[in-house]
Amino acid sequence: MSTIGIWVGALLTLGILSFLYKDNPFYKLSESIFLGISAGYWFVSLYYQSLLPRLFDNLGVTKLMGASKTDGALQSLFVHGRWDPNIWYLVAGALGIMMLLRLVPKVGWISRWPLAFVVGTTAGLYFTRYLASNALSQIHATLKDFIVFGQPGFVGWANLNNLILLVGVISGLAYFYFSKEHKGIVGGAAKIGIYFLMVTFGASFGYTVMSRMSLLIGRLDFLYGTWLGLLR
Amino acid sequence: MAEQKEVGFWNSLMRIDRRIIFLFIFVAISVPMFLQINLKIPTSPEVESLVATLDKLPDGARVLVSLDYDPGSEPELQPMAETFFGYALRRKFKVIVIGLWPQGPIQAERAKPIAERQVGRQFEYGIDYVNLGYQAGNELVIQRMGSSIPQTFPVDYFGKPVADFPMMQGVTNFSNIDYVFNLSAGYPGTVEWVLFAVDRFNIVLGAGNTAVQAPQVYPYLGKQLKGILGGMKGGAEFEILTGLPGRAVKYMTGQTFAHTIIVLFIIMANIAYFTTRKKEQGGLS
Repeated sequence: MSTIGIWVGALLTLGILSFLYKDNPFYKLSESIFLGISAGYWFVSLYYQSLLPRLFDNLGVTKLMGASKTDGALQSLFVHGRWDPNIWYLVAGALGIMMLLRLVPKVGWISRWPLAFVVGTTAGLYFTRYLASNALSQIHATLKDFIVFGQPGFVGWANLNNLILLVGVISGLAYFYFSKEHKGIVGGAAKIGIYFLMVTFGASFGYTVMSRMSLLIGRLDFLYGTWLGLLR
Repeated sequence: MAEQKEVGFWNSLMRIDRRIIFLFIFVAISVPMFLQINLKIPTSPEVESLVATLDKLPDGARVLVSLDYDPGSEPELQPMAETFFGYALRRKFKVIVIGLWPQGPIQAERAKPIAERQVGRQFEYGIDYVNLGYQAGNELVIQRMGSSIPQTFPVDYFGKPVADFPMMQGVTNFSNIDYVFNLSAGYPGTVEWVLFAVDRFNIVLGAGNTAVQAPQVYPYLGKQLKGILGGMKGGAEFEILTGLPGRAVKYMTGQTFAHTIIVLFIIMANIAYFTTRKKEQGGLS
């Protein structure tokens, strides 16, 4: 990273961190720069990594514009009379344009068609995958031997883990079973289920804290090491 | 009088300025950076499982690395990428890099030289390392790779035809890949790799995740996922088990100090809460 880049990065980092003290113009400026550059970066990145090679190059639009020497699907079809499956990108391009019509109030309704296409294909794609991976495989993974032989003693760690898993699954399911009032055995199981859920949320929160601390460590390492050169 | 003073202390603790807590955290993370403190980092079964799976691979195995994150997750995931590349260099793995996030392949190019310096060897591009770049389409990219990797990635990150690289000869789909390592910060990431590659094409998958995402992928551990590196702690364990200590190990001291401060504040806040509540209830009665 160049010296100017390091200084800009350091000053913007300090600008963002200054919000921890209180809201201030330096923070606002850093935030606005970040948002603006992010939007610009994503636009350019998606154009050069997706639109240009996938749509324009494959169709041969870049050749038509004189920006490339490689033939695309349009040249294959209309110049050489050869079928090119990349011509299907015309449909994708048309759907993309239809999506953009959302910006024109009078014909905005057309954008629902590509949206319907996306929703339909995604639902179809995920239906079988979720059923196989998140339902069947998970049920299979939960069906464990209640007693694992070959462990030191009757209650080895594996047995204890399997017992916790069994109790956790049954009590968790009991908590989300609403066809019967949570009283008696079902109520007791549901209460144990709540404790399991609380432990889950606690673990999740703990991981989130670790993640946020990691980000701060990364930034401070940049400030002390890369910017100030204080670290070995 | 002494009791009043005590309750006054807990009351003031309940109204503590958040900036004082920030200051404590700042100091807890900063100080260890300047001191050479080496804390013992115990390893967990999920990281041991990942390394054991890697160790079982033959030397020169063909591995696919999908870097699905951006610089925002660099402190957690970049050390894992560096360690994996270092390990791959030592085992002479053939590494194929891809990215379902646009910045993923760039992160790989940044991690590679660090791993090469650490191990003292270099990847030979096209022979034992190739960066196929980013491909738009999220989970559909994974699905398509199951049919044909060269058709999904016809050119590499630098625009060269993939078919020209010696290490890509004979690579058609996932059946020619011995192991997939995924570094993920969200969508698309590990969940999609499990759904669309593990359960459909029977690939062997190991994953490194941001700590926020780790609880989401834990249920897959076992049959669907052969090991998880959860956040910076997972990265540090990975470095220890592979014998390639790097940034994650270095950062863990600050992480431990910060967590200690947070735990202490939680304990003190609870004592303060119950002490002041007891006093308030006593006052009401």
